Amino acid sequence: MLRTSHDHLYILYNLIAKDFKIRYRNMSLGIFWSLLNPIIMVTVLTFVFTRIFNNPAIHSYPLFLLIGLIPFNFFTLAWASGTNSILDNAALVKKVRFHREVIPISVVLGNVIHFLIQMVLLMGLMVFVGQGVNRYWLWLPVVLGLEIVFACGMALAFSALDVYYRDTRYVVESANLVLFWLVPIFYSLDQVPREFTILYQFNPLAAVVLACRRIFLDSMPPPESLLRNLTLVSVSALAAGLVIFGQMKKRFADYL
Amino acid sequence: MTLIELHDVSKRYFLHHKRQLLVEHVASTLRRERNSFWALRHVSLKIEAGEAVAIIGPNGAGKSTLLSIAVGVTSPTEGGARLHGRVAALLELGSGFHPDLTGRENIHLNAALLGYSRQQVHASLESIIDFAGVPDFIDEPLRTYSTGMLARLGFSVAVHLEPDILVLDEVLAVGDEEFQRKCIDRIFEFRRQGKTLLFVSHSAEFVRSLCRRAVWLELGRVKMDGEASDVLAQYRAGTQAFLPVGGGVTTG
Repeated sequence: MLRTSHDHLYILYNLIAKDFKIRYRNMSLGIFWSLLNPIIMVTVLTFVFTRIFNNPAIHSYPLFLLIGLIPFNFFTLAWASGTNSILDNAALVKKVRFHREVIPISVVLGNVIHFLIQMVLLMGLMVFVGQGVNRYWLWLPVVLGLEIVFACGMALAFSALDVYYRDTRYVVESANLVLFWLVPIFYSLDQVPREFTILYQFNPLAAVVLACRRIFLDSMPPPESLLRNLTLVSVSALAAGLVIFGQMKKRFADYL
Repeated sequence: MTLIELHDVSKRYFLHHKRQLLVEHVASTLRRERNSFWALRHVSLKIEAGEAVAIIGPNGAGKSTLLSIAVGVTSPTEGGARLHGRVAALLELGSGFHPDLTGRENIHLNAALLGYSRQQVHASLESIIDFAGVPDFIDEPLRTYSTGMLARLGFSVAVHLEPDILVLDEVLAVGDEEFQRKCIDRIFEFRRQGKTLLFVSHSAEFVRSLCRRAVWLELGRVKMDGEASDVLAQYRAGTQAFLPVGGGVTTG
Protein backbone atom coordinates (compact mmCIF):
# COMPACT_ATOMS: atom_id res chain seq x y z
CA MET A 1 0.00 0.00 0.00
CA LEU A 2 1.49 3.25 -1.08
CA ARG A 3 1.08 6.35 0.96
CA THR A 4 2.18 9.81 0.14
CA SER A 5 3.93 12.01 2.65
CA HIS A 6 0.77 14.06 2.65
CA ASP A 7 -1.17 11.12 4.10
CA HIS A 8 1.44 10.76 6.80
CA LEU A 9 1.12 14.40 7.70
CA TYR A 10 -2.61 13.92 8.05
CA ILE A 11 -2.08 10.91 10.32
CA LEU A 12 0.44 12.92 12.33
CA TYR A 13 -1.97 15.81 12.63
CA ASN A 14 -4.77 13.52 13.80
CA LEU A 15 -2.61 11.74 16.35
CA ILE A 16 -1.40 15.04 17.81
CA ALA A 17 -4.97 16.36 17.91
CA LYS A 18 -6.05 13.13 19.62
CA ASP A 19 -3.45 13.45 22.38
CA PHE A 20 -4.39 17.07 22.91
CA LYS A 21 -8.08 16.39 23.15
CA ILE A 22 -7.61 13.46 25.49
CA ARG A 23 -5.17 15.30 27.70
CA TYR A 24 -7.18 18.46 28.14
CA ARG A 25 -10.71 17.19 28.03
CA ASN A 26 -12.26 17.32 31.51
CA MET A 27 -9.63 19.76 32.72
CA SER A 28 -10.82 23.17 33.74
CA LEU A 29 -7.43 24.82 33.35
CA GLY A 30 -6.64 23.05 30.10
CA ILE A 31 -3.44 24.09 28.41
CA PHE A 32 -2.58 26.56 31.19
CA TRP A 33 -1.23 23.62 33.13
CA SER A 34 1.74 23.61 30.81
CA LEU A 35 2.48 27.22 31.84
CA LEU A 36 1.77 26.76 35.51
CA ASN A 37 4.40 24.10 35.97
CA PRO A 38 7.44 26.20 34.93
CA ILE A 39 6.15 29.18 36.94
CA ILE A 40 5.94 27.10 40.10
CA MET A 41 9.33 25.51 39.46
CA VAL A 42 10.98 28.87 38.87
CA THR A 43 9.47 30.31 42.04
CA VAL A 44 10.60 27.42 44.21
CA LEU A 45 14.05 27.13 42.69
CA THR A 46 14.61 30.89 42.87
CA PHE A 47 13.73 30.80 46.53
CA VAL A 48 16.09 27.91 47.23
CA PHE A 49 19.01 29.18 45.18
CA THR A 50 18.90 32.84 46.05
CA ARG A 51 17.67 32.77 49.65
CA ILE A 52 19.06 29.49 50.98
CA PHE A 53 22.06 28.97 48.72
CA ASN A 54 23.42 32.24 47.56
CA ASN A 55 24.21 32.69 43.89
CA PRO A 56 25.52 36.24 43.60
CA ALA A 57 27.39 35.48 40.37
CA ILE A 58 24.17 34.99 38.42
CA HIS A 59 22.10 38.04 37.57
CA SER A 60 18.36 37.92 37.06
CA TYR A 61 18.20 34.39 38.44
CA PRO A 62 14.56 33.65 37.47
CA LEU A 63 15.29 34.34 33.80
CA PHE A 64 18.49 32.35 33.99
CA LEU A 65 16.50 29.44 35.40
CA LEU A 66 13.65 29.69 32.96
CA ILE A 67 15.99 29.59 29.97
CA GLY A 68 17.35 26.29 31.28
CA LEU A 69 14.09 24.89 32.51
CA ILE A 70 12.01 25.28 29.35
CA PRO A 71 14.22 23.21 27.01
CA PHE A 72 14.85 20.72 29.82
CA ASN A 73 11.16 20.27 30.56
CA PHE A 74 10.39 19.79 26.91
CA PHE A 75 12.95 17.06 26.55
CA THR A 76 12.03 15.13 29.67
CA LEU A 77 8.31 15.24 28.89
CA ALA A 78 8.84 14.32 25.26
CA TRP A 79 11.17 11.48 26.13
CA ALA A 80 8.97 10.06 28.91
CA SER A 81 5.66 10.32 27.05
CA GLY A 82 7.32 9.19 23.82
CA THR A 83 8.60 6.09 25.62
CA ASN A 84 5.08 5.16 26.68
CA SER A 85 3.54 6.00 23.32
CA ILE A 86 3.48 2.58 21.66
CA LEU A 87 2.01 0.89 24.73
CA ASP A 88 -0.51 3.70 25.13
CA ASN A 89 -1.60 3.21 21.54
CA ALA A 90 -1.54 -0.58 21.65
CA ALA A 91 -5.09 -0.74 20.30
CA LEU A 92 -4.02 1.06 17.15
CA VAL A 93 -0.79 -0.83 16.69
CA LYS A 94 -2.49 -4.20 17.02
CA LYS A 95 -5.34 -3.51 14.67
CA VAL A 96 -4.48 -0.87 12.11
CA ARG A 97 -1.65 -0.91 9.64
CA PHE A 98 0.33 2.28 9.25
CA HIS A 99 3.89 3.39 9.81
CA ARG A 100 4.36 2.99 13.52
CA GLU A 101 7.07 5.63 13.56
CA VAL A 102 4.43 8.35 13.48
CA ILE A 103 3.24 7.42 16.99
CA PRO A 104 6.32 8.43 19.03
CA ILE A 105 7.01 11.29 16.64
CA SER A 106 3.48 12.63 17.06
CA VAL A 107 3.91 12.54 20.84
CA VAL A 108 7.17 14.47 20.63
CA LEU A 109 5.59 17.02 18.29
CA GLY A 110 2.62 17.38 20.63
CA ASN A 111 5.10 18.41 23.31
CA VAL A 112 6.74 20.78 20.84
CA ILE A 113 3.53 22.81 20.80
CA HIS A 114 3.83 23.46 24.54
CA PHE A 115 7.53 24.07 24.14
CA LEU A 116 6.99 26.71 21.48
CA ILE A 117 4.29 28.48 23.49
CA GLN A 118 6.66 28.62 26.44
CA MET A 119 9.53 29.86 24.27
CA VAL A 120 7.39 32.61 22.78
CA LEU A 121 6.35 33.70 26.26
CA LEU A 122 9.99 33.62 27.33
CA MET A 123 10.90 35.87 24.42
CA GLY A 124 8.13 38.24 25.43
CA LEU A 125 9.48 38.23 28.96
CA MET A 126 12.99 39.00 27.72
CA VAL A 127 11.70 42.03 25.87
CA PHE A 128 9.54 43.03 28.81
CA VAL A 129 12.42 43.08 31.30
CA GLY A 130 14.49 45.09 28.85
CA GLN A 131 16.99 42.46 27.71
CA GLY A 132 15.93 43.25 24.18
CA VAL A 133 16.05 41.31 20.95
CA ASN A 134 19.34 40.52 19.31
CA ARG A 135 20.13 39.05 15.90
CA TYR A 136 21.45 35.86 17.45
CA TRP A 137 17.88 34.92 18.22
CA LEU A 138 17.96 33.62 14.67
CA TRP A 139 20.04 30.74 16.00
CA LEU A 140 17.19 29.65 18.24
CA PRO A 141 15.27 27.68 15.59
CA VAL A 142 18.46 25.78 14.76
CA VAL A 143 19.26 24.94 18.37
CA LEU A 144 15.69 24.05 19.33
CA GLY A 145 15.25 22.14 16.06
CA LEU A 146 18.27 20.01 16.92
CA GLU A 147 16.84 19.36 20.36
CA ILE A 148 13.56 18.20 18.78
CA VAL A 149 15.51 15.90 16.46
CA PHE A 150 17.31 14.47 19.46
CA ALA A 151 14.04 13.97 21.35
CA CYS A 152 12.51 12.16 18.35
CA GLY A 153 15.49 9.79 18.21
CA MET A 154 15.28 9.01 21.91
CA ALA A 155 11.50 8.59 21.83
CA LEU A 156 11.72 6.19 18.88
CA ALA A 157 14.39 4.02 20.47
CA PHE A 158 12.85 3.89 23.93
CA SER A 159 9.25 3.44 22.83
CA ALA A 160 10.34 0.33 20.91
CA LEU A 161 12.32 -1.00 23.87
CA ASP A 162 9.37 -0.35 26.16
CA VAL A 163 7.22 -2.83 24.22
CA TYR A 164 9.60 -5.69 25.02
CA TYR A 165 10.87 -4.53 28.39
CA ARG A 166 8.21 -2.73 30.33
CA ASP A 167 10.83 -1.54 32.82
CA THR A 168 12.06 0.93 30.22
CA ARG A 169 9.70 3.65 31.37
CA TYR A 170 11.15 3.53 34.88
CA VAL A 171 14.65 3.73 33.51
CA VAL A 172 13.61 6.84 31.60
CA GLU A 173 11.92 8.39 34.63
CA SER A 174 15.02 7.84 36.75
CA ALA A 175 17.28 9.14 34.02
CA ASN A 176 15.19 12.30 33.83
CA LEU A 177 15.59 12.87 37.57
CA VAL A 178 19.34 12.47 37.29
CA LEU A 179 19.45 14.75 34.25
CA PHE A 180 17.87 17.57 36.22
CA TRP A 181 21.06 17.70 38.26
CA LEU A 182 23.50 17.01 35.46
CA VAL A 183 22.20 19.66 33.11
CA PRO A 184 23.21 23.17 34.12
CA ILE A 185 19.72 24.40 34.91
CA PHE A 186 19.99 26.02 38.33
CA TYR A 187 23.76 26.56 38.15
CA SER A 188 25.99 27.78 35.39
CA LEU A 189 28.67 25.76 33.66
CA ASP A 190 31.29 28.21 34.97
CA GLN A 191 30.63 26.92 38.48
CA VAL A 192 31.50 23.35 37.47
CA PRO A 193 35.09 22.38 38.33
CA ARG A 194 37.16 22.03 35.19
CA GLU A 195 37.87 18.31 35.60
CA PHE A 196 34.13 17.57 35.40
CA THR A 197 33.27 19.60 32.33
CA ILE A 198 33.73 16.43 30.29
CA LEU A 199 30.35 15.34 31.71
CA TYR A 200 28.76 18.18 29.76
CA GLN A 201 30.73 17.91 26.53
CA PHE A 202 28.47 15.51 24.72
CA ASN A 203 25.30 16.06 26.67
CA PRO A 204 22.98 17.55 24.07
CA LEU A 205 20.65 18.96 26.70
CA ALA A 206 23.48 20.83 28.39
CA ALA A 207 24.48 22.12 24.97
CA VAL A 208 20.95 23.38 24.26
CA VAL A 209 20.75 25.15 27.62
CA LEU A 210 24.18 26.72 27.18
CA ALA A 211 23.36 27.85 23.65
CA CYS A 212 20.07 29.41 24.76
CA ARG A 213 21.78 31.26 27.60
CA ARG A 214 24.50 32.57 25.29
CA ILE A 215 21.87 33.82 22.89
CA PHE A 216 19.44 35.34 25.39
CA LEU A 217 21.69 36.56 28.18
CA ASP A 218 25.08 37.20 26.57
CA SER A 219 23.82 38.29 23.13
CA MET A 220 26.36 35.99 21.52
CA PRO A 221 26.05 33.21 18.96
CA PRO A 222 26.44 29.65 20.26
CA PRO A 223 30.06 28.42 19.95
CA GLU A 224 30.82 26.56 16.76
CA SER A 225 32.15 23.46 18.51
CA LEU A 226 28.96 23.23 20.56
CA LEU A 227 26.79 23.41 17.45
CA ARG A 228 28.91 20.78 15.76
CA ASN A 229 28.67 18.36 18.68
CA LEU A 230 24.97 19.00 19.11
CA THR A 231 24.30 18.31 15.44
CA LEU A 232 26.41 15.19 15.56
CA VAL A 233 24.71 13.77 18.65
CA SER A 234 21.16 14.71 17.60
CA VAL A 235 21.41 13.34 14.09
CA SER A 236 23.06 10.13 15.31
CA ALA A 237 20.36 9.75 17.96
CA LEU A 238 17.65 10.07 15.31
CA ALA A 239 19.40 7.62 13.00
CA ALA A 240 19.90 5.13 15.83
CA GLY A 241 16.30 5.60 16.95
CA LEU A 242 14.97 4.91 13.47
CA VAL A 243 17.14 1.81 13.06
CA ILE A 244 16.24 0.38 16.48
CA PHE A 245 12.56 1.14 15.98
CA GLY A 246 12.61 -0.25 12.45
CA GLN A 247 14.11 -3.51 13.69
CA MET A 248 11.82 -3.92 16.68
CA LYS A 249 8.52 -2.79 15.19
CA LYS A 250 8.03 -5.98 13.23
CA ARG A 251 6.96 -7.88 16.31
CA PHE A 252 5.18 -5.12 18.21
CA ALA A 253 1.76 -6.64 17.63
CA ASP A 254 2.88 -9.94 19.20
CA TYR A 255 3.94 -8.29 22.43
CA LEU A 256 1.07 -5.90 23.01
CA MET B 1 -4.52 -9.38 -10.05
CA THR B 2 -3.59 -10.91 -6.70
CA LEU B 3 -4.38 -8.55 -3.84
CA ILE B 4 -3.43 -10.73 -0.90
CA GLU B 5 -0.75 -13.33 -1.17
CA LEU B 6 0.49 -15.51 1.65
CA HIS B 7 3.30 -17.79 0.72
CA ASP B 8 4.05 -20.70 3.05
CA VAL B 9 3.34 -18.55 6.08
CA SER B 10 4.01 -19.78 9.60
CA LYS B 11 3.56 -17.78 12.75
CA ARG B 12 5.00 -18.66 16.11
CA TYR B 13 3.99 -17.08 19.36
CA PHE B 14 5.95 -17.32 22.56
CA LEU B 15 4.12 -18.05 25.74
CA HIS B 16 4.98 -16.17 28.86
CA HIS B 17 3.44 -17.92 31.78
CA LYS B 18 4.53 -15.13 34.01
CA ARG B 19 6.24 -11.86 33.33
CA GLN B 20 9.92 -12.69 33.47
CA LEU B 21 12.50 -10.85 35.49
CA LEU B 22 15.57 -9.76 33.59
CA VAL B 23 17.70 -12.50 35.16
CA GLU B 24 15.31 -15.27 34.16
CA HIS B 25 14.83 -13.70 30.77
CA VAL B 26 18.55 -13.72 30.03
CA ALA B 27 18.91 -17.23 31.42
CA SER B 28 16.08 -18.66 29.34
CA THR B 29 17.29 -16.87 26.22
CA LEU B 30 20.73 -18.38 26.73
CA ARG B 31 19.27 -21.83 27.29
CA ARG B 32 17.03 -21.26 24.27
CA GLU B 33 14.15 -22.93 26.00
CA ARG B 34 11.00 -20.95 25.61
CA ASN B 35 7.50 -22.22 25.35
CA SER B 36 6.06 -21.45 21.99
CA PHE B 37 3.31 -22.59 19.74
CA TRP B 38 2.62 -22.28 16.07
CA ALA B 39 -0.57 -20.36 15.41
CA LEU B 40 -0.16 -20.90 11.67
CA ARG B 41 1.83 -23.55 9.87
CA HIS B 42 2.69 -23.48 6.16
CA VAL B 43 -0.33 -21.54 5.06
CA SER B 44 -0.46 -20.43 1.46
CA LEU B 45 -3.33 -18.36 0.21
CA LYS B 46 -3.96 -16.19 -2.81
CA ILE B 47 -6.86 -13.83 -3.01
CA GLU B 48 -7.59 -12.28 -6.37
CA ALA B 49 -9.23 -8.94 -6.96
CA GLY B 50 -13.01 -9.27 -6.82
CA GLU B 51 -13.03 -12.44 -4.77
CA ALA B 52 -14.98 -12.90 -1.56
CA VAL B 53 -13.33 -15.37 0.77
CA ALA B 54 -14.53 -16.61 4.13
CA ILE B 55 -12.21 -18.13 6.71
CA ILE B 56 -13.90 -20.70 8.87
CA GLY B 57 -12.71 -22.99 11.60
CA PRO B 58 -13.01 -23.64 15.33
CA ASN B 59 -11.70 -21.28 18.02
CA GLY B 60 -7.94 -21.22 18.11
CA ALA B 61 -7.54 -22.37 14.52
CA GLY B 62 -5.49 -19.30 13.61
CA LYS B 63 -8.18 -17.31 11.80
CA SER B 64 -7.49 -13.99 13.45
CA THR B 65 -3.75 -14.47 13.15
CA LEU B 66 -4.24 -15.12 9.46
CA LEU B 67 -6.15 -11.86 9.04
CA SER B 68 -3.57 -9.90 11.04
CA ILE B 69 -0.81 -11.17 8.78
CA ALA B 70 -2.85 -10.62 5.62
CA VAL B 71 -3.44 -6.96 6.43
CA GLY B 72 0.12 -6.43 7.58
CA VAL B 73 -0.50 -5.67 11.23
CA THR B 74 1.91 -8.38 12.24
CA SER B 75 4.58 -10.16 10.26
CA PRO B 76 4.96 -13.90 9.73
CA THR B 77 7.71 -15.85 11.51
CA GLU B 78 8.40 -17.75 8.29
CA GLY B 79 7.23 -17.28 4.75
CA GLY B 80 6.07 -14.12 3.06
CA ALA B 81 2.94 -12.00 2.97
CA ARG B 82 2.09 -9.41 0.36
CA LEU B 83 -0.75 -6.96 0.15
CA HIS B 84 -1.75 -4.73 -2.73
CA GLY B 85 -4.37 -2.06 -2.59
CA ARG B 86 -6.02 -0.13 0.15
CA VAL B 87 -7.41 -2.23 2.92
CA ALA B 88 -9.97 -1.41 5.57
CA ALA B 89 -9.80 -3.97 8.33
CA LEU B 90 -12.16 -4.43 11.22
CA LEU B 91 -10.20 -6.92 13.24
CA GLU B 92 -12.00 -6.26 16.45
CA LEU B 93 -14.89 -4.29 17.77
CA GLY B 94 -13.91 -0.66 17.99
CA SER B 95 -10.41 -1.37 16.76
CA GLY B 96 -8.43 1.78 16.22
CA PHE B 97 -10.94 3.77 18.22
CA HIS B 98 -10.14 5.68 21.35
CA PRO B 99 -12.69 5.56 24.17
CA ASP B 100 -12.19 9.18 25.24
CA LEU B 101 -12.69 10.66 21.79
CA THR B 102 -16.13 11.35 20.42
CA GLY B 103 -17.60 9.33 17.58
CA ARG B 104 -16.87 12.12 15.14
CA GLU B 105 -13.28 12.55 16.30
CA ASN B 106 -12.76 8.82 16.05
CA ILE B 107 -14.01 8.83 12.48
CA HIS B 108 -11.34 11.38 11.59
CA LEU B 109 -8.59 9.52 13.40
CA ASN B 110 -9.56 6.14 12.03
CA ALA B 111 -9.89 7.37 8.48
CA ALA B 112 -6.50 9.07 8.66
CA LEU B 113 -4.90 5.87 9.95
CA LEU B 114 -6.52 3.89 7.17
CA GLY B 115 -4.81 6.25 4.74
CA TYR B 116 -7.46 8.72 3.68
CA SER B 117 -7.01 12.40 3.08
CA ARG B 118 -8.86 15.20 4.82
CA GLN B 119 -10.98 15.83 1.70
CA GLN B 120 -12.05 12.20 1.43
CA VAL B 121 -13.01 12.13 5.09
CA HIS B 122 -15.03 15.31 4.86
CA ALA B 123 -16.74 14.09 1.74
CA SER B 124 -17.96 10.92 3.41
CA LEU B 125 -18.42 12.14 6.97
CA GLU B 126 -22.15 12.67 6.72
CA SER B 127 -22.86 9.33 5.11
CA ILE B 128 -20.71 7.55 7.69
CA ILE B 129 -22.67 9.12 10.54
CA ASP B 130 -25.91 8.46 8.75
CA PHE B 131 -25.19 4.80 8.11
CA ALA B 132 -23.96 4.17 11.65
CA GLY B 133 -27.34 5.36 12.88
CA VAL B 134 -26.10 6.83 16.14
CA PRO B 135 -26.93 10.52 15.55
CA ASP B 136 -27.47 11.41 19.21
CA PHE B 137 -24.17 9.92 20.28
CA ILE B 138 -21.88 11.08 17.51
CA ASP B 139 -20.46 13.91 19.65
CA GLU B 140 -20.26 11.82 22.80
CA PRO B 141 -17.13 9.95 23.91
CA LEU B 142 -16.95 6.40 22.65
CA ARG B 143 -16.90 4.88 26.11
CA THR B 144 -20.59 5.75 26.36
CA TYR B 145 -21.39 3.57 23.34
CA SER B 146 -22.97 0.16 23.56
CA THR B 147 -21.32 -2.81 21.88
CA GLY B 148 -23.80 -2.64 19.03
CA MET B 149 -23.14 1.06 18.50
CA LEU B 150 -19.39 0.43 18.36
CA ALA B 151 -19.92 -2.22 15.73
CA ARG B 152 -22.10 0.14 13.71
CA LEU B 153 -19.60 2.96 13.77
CA GLY B 154 -16.63 0.72 13.00
CA PHE B 155 -18.35 -0.96 10.11
CA SER B 156 -19.64 2.33 8.79
CA VAL B 157 -16.17 3.88 8.71
CA ALA B 158 -14.67 0.82 7.06
CA VAL B 159 -17.19 0.53 4.23
CA HIS B 160 -17.60 4.20 3.44
CA LEU B 161 -14.00 4.93 2.72
CA GLU B 162 -14.08 2.80 -0.39
CA PRO B 163 -11.23 0.44 0.30
CA ASP B 164 -10.13 -2.10 -2.33
CA ILE B 165 -10.24 -4.85 0.26
CA LEU B 166 -12.57 -5.16 3.21
CA VAL B 167 -11.41 -7.42 6.00
CA LEU B 168 -13.87 -8.31 8.75
CA ASP B 169 -13.24 -10.45 11.78
CA GLU B 170 -16.55 -11.66 13.14
CA VAL B 171 -17.80 -8.18 13.82
CA LEU B 172 -21.27 -8.43 12.36
CA ALA B 173 -22.49 -10.81 15.01
CA VAL B 174 -23.16 -8.14 17.63
CA GLY B 175 -25.38 -5.89 15.52
CA ASP B 176 -29.13 -6.25 15.64
CA GLU B 177 -30.99 -7.84 12.76
CA GLU B 178 -31.79 -4.58 11.06
CA PHE B 179 -28.16 -3.49 11.16
CA GLN B 180 -26.92 -6.87 9.99
CA ARG B 181 -29.21 -6.60 6.99
CA LYS B 182 -27.92 -3.12 6.30
CA CYS B 183 -24.37 -4.38 6.50
CA ILE B 184 -25.02 -7.27 4.21
CA ASP B 185 -26.70 -5.00 1.67
CA ARG B 186 -23.71 -2.75 1.87
CA ILE B 187 -21.29 -5.64 1.45
CA PHE B 188 -23.25 -6.81 -1.61
CA GLU B 189 -22.99 -3.34 -3.07
CA PHE B 190 -19.30 -3.34 -2.29
CA ARG B 191 -18.99 -6.69 -4.06
CA ARG B 192 -20.92 -5.44 -7.07
CA GLN B 193 -18.27 -2.79 -7.50
CA GLY B 194 -15.85 -5.66 -8.01
CA LYS B 195 -14.12 -5.22 -4.69
CA THR B 196 -12.54 -7.86 -2.53
CA LEU B 197 -13.79 -9.26 0.74
CA LEU B 198 -12.01 -11.40 3.29
CA PHE B 199 -13.82 -12.30 6.44
CA VAL B 200 -13.99 -14.62 9.38
CA SER B 201 -17.34 -15.92 10.48
CA HIS B 202 -18.89 -18.68 12.50
CA SER B 203 -22.20 -18.15 10.78
CA ALA B 204 -22.71 -20.56 7.93
CA GLU B 205 -25.52 -18.34 6.71
CA PHE B 206 -23.27 -15.29 6.31
CA VAL B 207 -20.61 -17.35 4.62
CA ARG B 208 -23.04 -18.88 2.16
CA SER B 209 -24.72 -15.63 1.29
CA LEU B 210 -21.58 -13.54 0.92
CA CYS B 211 -18.83 -15.83 -0.33
CA ARG B 212 -18.16 -18.18 -3.19
CA ARG B 213 -14.99 -19.44 -1.63
CA ALA B 214 -14.22 -20.60 1.89
CA VAL B 215 -11.01 -21.62 3.59
CA TRP B 216 -11.20 -24.01 6.50
CA LEU B 217 -8.43 -23.58 9.03
CA GLU B 218 -7.72 -26.04 11.74
CA LEU B 219 -4.80 -26.05 14.19
CA GLY B 220 -3.03 -23.48 12.08
CA ARG B 221 -3.20 -25.37 8.82
CA VAL B 222 -5.44 -25.07 5.82
CA LYS B 223 -7.66 -28.10 5.95
CA MET B 224 -9.73 -27.25 2.91
CA ASP B 225 -9.95 -24.44 0.41
CA GLY B 226 -12.70 -24.35 -2.18
CA GLU B 227 -16.34 -23.75 -3.03
CA ALA B 228 -18.02 -22.32 0.05
CA SER B 229 -20.90 -24.80 0.16
CA ASP B 230 -18.55 -27.79 -0.15
CA VAL B 231 -16.21 -26.53 2.52
CA LEU B 232 -19.09 -25.73 4.84
CA ALA B 233 -20.58 -29.19 4.35
CA GLN B 234 -17.26 -30.91 5.01
CA TYR B 235 -16.59 -28.66 7.98
CA ARG B 236 -19.95 -29.45 9.47
CA ALA B 237 -19.45 -33.19 8.91
CA GLY B 238 -15.95 -32.90 10.39
CA THR B 239 -17.03 -31.14 13.55
CA GLN B 240 -19.97 -33.44 14.03
CA ALA B 241 -17.68 -36.43 13.86
CA PHE B 242 -16.15 -35.30 17.14
CA LEU B 243 -19.47 -35.52 18.89
CA PRO B 244 -20.48 -38.82 20.44
CA VAL B 245 -22.99 -40.85 18.50
CA GLY B 246 -26.51 -39.83 19.22
CA GLY B 247 -25.45 -36.26 19.89
CA GLY B 248 -23.91 -35.57 23.25
CA VAL B 249 -25.17 -32.04 23.11
CA THR B 250 -28.77 -31.54 23.88
CA THR B 251 -30.43 -28.86 21.89
CA GLY B 252 -33.63 -27.07 22.40
